[in-house]
Amino acid sequence: MAKKVHITTTVNGEETEFLCEPRQTLLEVLRDDLDLTGTKEGCSNGNCGACSVLLNGQVVDSCLVMAVEMEGQEVTTIEGVASADGLHPLQQKFLEHAALQCGICTPGFIMAAKALLEAEPNPTEERIRLYLAGNLCRCTGYDKIVRAVQDAASVMSKA
Amino acid sequence: MAAQEEDYLGIKDYKVIGTRPIRHDGVDKVTGRAKYGADIDLAGMLHGKVLRSPHAHARIKSIDVSKAEALHGVKAVITVKDLPLQEDKIKDLGEGAANLMDLRCNVLAENKVLYHGHAIVAVAATDANTAEEALELIEVEYEVLSPVLTVHDAIAEGAPLLFEEQTTKSLGEDTGKKSNITTHFQHKLGDVEAGFAQADVVVEREFDTATVHQGYIEPQNATALWNADGQVTVWCSTQGAFTVREQTAQLLDLPVSQVKVVPMEIGGGFGGKIRVYLEPLAAVLSKKTGRPVKMVMSRTEVLQATGPTAGSYVKCKMGVSKDGKIVAAQATLMYESGGFPGNWAAPGSMCIFGPYNIPNIHIDGYEVLVNKPQTMAYRAPGATNAAFASETVIDEICEELGVDPLDFRFQNAAKEGSRRADGPTYPRIGNEECLNVARATDHYKSKLEGKKRGRGVASGFWFNAGLQSSASASVNADGKISLVEGSTDIGGSRTSLAMQLAEVLGLQATDIKPQVADTDSVGETDVTGGSRTTFATGWAVYKVGLDIKVQMIERAAKFWEIPKDDVKYEDGVLSSVSDSSKTMTFAELAGKLDETGGPVMGRATVQPPGVGGAFAIVIVDVEVDTDTGKVEILRASIVQDVGKAIHPSYVEGQMQGGVAQGIGWALNEEYAYKEDGTLANGSLLDYRMPTCLDLPMIETHIVEVPNPGHPYGVRGVGEVPIVPPPAAVANAIYDAVGVRLFDLPMSPGRVLEALWKKA
Repeated sequence: MAKKVHITTTVNGEETEFLCEPRQTLLEVLRDDLDLTGTKEGCSNGNCGACSVLLNGQVVDSCLVMAVEMEGQEVTTIEGVASADGLHPLQQKFLEHAALQCGICTPGFIMAAKALLEAEPNPTEERIRLYLAGNLCRCTGYDKIVRAVQDAASVMSKA
Repeated sequence: MAAQEEDYLGIKDYKVIGTRPIRHDGVDKVTGRAKYGADIDLAGMLHGKVLRSPHAHARIKSIDVSKAEALHGVKAVITVKDLPLQEDKIKDLGEGAANLMDLRCNVLAENKVLYHGHAIVAVAATDANTAEEALELIEVEYEVLSPVLTVHDAIAEGAPLLFEEQTTKSLGEDTGKKSNITTHFQHKLGDVEAGFAQADVVVEREFDTATVHQGYIEPQNATALWNADGQVTVWCSTQGAFTVREQTAQLLDLPVSQVKVVPMEIGGGFGGKIRVYLEPLAAVLSKKTGRPVKMVMSRTEVLQATGPTAGSYVKCKMGVSKDGKIVAAQATLMYESGGFPGNWAAPGSMCIFGPYNIPNIHIDGYEVLVNKPQTMAYRAPGATNAAFASETVIDEICEELGVDPLDFRFQNAAKEGSRRADGPTYPRIGNEECLNVARATDHYKSKLEGKKRGRGVASGFWFNAGLQSSASASVNADGKISLVEGSTDIGGSRTSLAMQLAEVLGLQATDIKPQVADTDSVGETDVTGGSRTTFATGWAVYKVGLDIKVQMIERAAKFWEIPKDDVKYEDGVLSSVSDSSKTMTFAELAGKLDETGGPVMGRATVQPPGVGGAFAIVIVDVEVDTDTGKVEILRASIVQDVGKAIHPSYVEGQMQGGVAQGIGWALNEEYAYKEDGTLANGSLLDYRMPTCLDLPMIETHIVEVPNPGHPYGVRGVGEVPIVPPPAAVANAIYDAVGVRLFDLPMSPGRVLEALWKKA
């Protein structure tokens, strides 16, 4: 077994240290070592987006990022989206629009949508669909997800 | 127990039903706190992995696990010999039955592997990577055999047989003929030959559909602890905790009460999470090691080795008189069972002509073994393949007659009193109402502009299931109710059940705290499948509400010291009929339970008859790129009779999700096998499900013709929306570019081939 590597990184705003094997992905470390199981595993090869997290503000599939690359980086997971004041508008709108059924893809969609709305506060429907095309949902047909993101964008741009 | 007439007629003014409260498990699911099976972590937990067959069809000559056992970190290795022998006996499992001997040989192969990915050995180790390394050290010697991959190959003279002793049972009799066809059955109505003799237009076509997967985003997982006292606990992702308990107990030769199944949140199922794969393995590995064992499938394992749904061959012939009446219909359905006997042609045959009132019908169904994973339910299993055939034939007939396809469907619509070929006569159904709504939609009335664009429609029918459900509830001192039910919640059913309880008691949805319970904490409840949860578990919850209501009336009578028939219960308020000064809300009385006899609980178990069949119409507009063969969905609408929409948002969600899956089935999804029978596209990159960018908004039109068999008129909602889309898309492609496609998927290559053939 290869020697473990010591990594210092920022996860959800807090400095976090962990030890990882060179072969471990960020997804594995988040779920198995840091107990952040809100980030889901659907395929482990970057096709479903269930493991989407923000890496320095950009959405990435955490199954395609090696944990050893995290030194000095900033990671945001679904656990870091709501605050003590309450849910993020995206989370609230996903609930109001019934934009989830089984919920397994929901954390990934919220992370991807968050990255989109932070970069582009007023995206068109086409733009939302393009941006979220890396996330698979098998339950909803995407209709209510797109509407939830549109509504969240409208609330956030007014705030 | 009969519900009240005003409830039946759906005319009651509901307070909660029909509103759109936020789902009770919502916050946990948008914050990442909801615990799915793979999120479990127990002290001392080991990780299990499965060695799978690299061949589609082979005899296992020897298995040597000694090197794997010797690897540092490996704690146990098991083969089929570690599973007790099973009888050749069929066991009902909720939606679909299983032969116990087959079930055992599917979870771990014995003597023969029957498909690429068939499980052979399971290993438990200190971590998942070590378990995977151990798999590479296992030596299996195979005698590779030729595979059969389609029903056509499988039934050909001299085809390799999956089971050498397999004979065909035809119309209930063993024919003694050795074959990959396990079963042949028939449904007959009227005189089909005489019917065709009256026909002025007859169209007969043949259709092939590929094997497709349910495609839930969460892979199968199971964690088991076989405790020192012999009690087994299983945490898993399932549509039905009780069927997992039944299957696991059977495979381990334990009484059911010795197994407790804890259903975790489930990341999609669609019929594919009913059968056990990992649960018994994790349990045996746990017994051998004395430690909990967790097993999670990779996506490739999910695609290779869990039940996809049947590929099929369907021949469909329909005869119509010149005045537009369907006078005869005939179909042959041959469905892939996969590596073990199955029964998916059966529901297909029940649905193929379901939307129509046809006097003369003849249907032959065949269940056929092929070297693919054992096929499982997928949302109205069997019906989509069948409707692709019948609804395409009908489109061709409408074209020949020069009639509007929705008018034609209306003229021939099945209605109350119409008889299906497989026997049942319809009670009140909403088929005609759906057609009327479809004709009036803005979508159908709009003009479709542009070249290479076309519109198609199709109908679908699914009969839905009732089975059995249980629920209980306790009244808290603040007037809120804790509801315990046994249906795993895949799409918001906690809330649709809580709403029904709130409605009975005149409370709000937020007054109910619903919880899905493990098998030791609630009565037997069949799977979340067959579109049955809101219907059947809803029935149970309705009865729980009546039970609580009766008890609360008694308590009020006791508190006021008046006879109980002097107590009135209305909109969550109890009052005395004779003395209007005596009045109390439900919550006020709930605070006085201590002084009136102690806690109040309601309970109910049901096996409801009165299942209401579901009908749906899908309208799609497409644009065909004649250079690439790619079909773009421009607009899609679905009209569906849901009986009564308890929570309309989640009803719409089922309709939209079903249409999206149907479009994936129509255009992209298929199992691609190499000639040697190995699966070539075992990833979500190559097994291409629709993304956000592939679909438009999906317009929903909810029709509510109450099901007379449910107190609130509920019909099942989940399954029928997947049935019409493939035929609707095929009919739209024809309208756009003038080519008819008879095979699924209608992938760019197929579309181009058809265009070239035409040109």
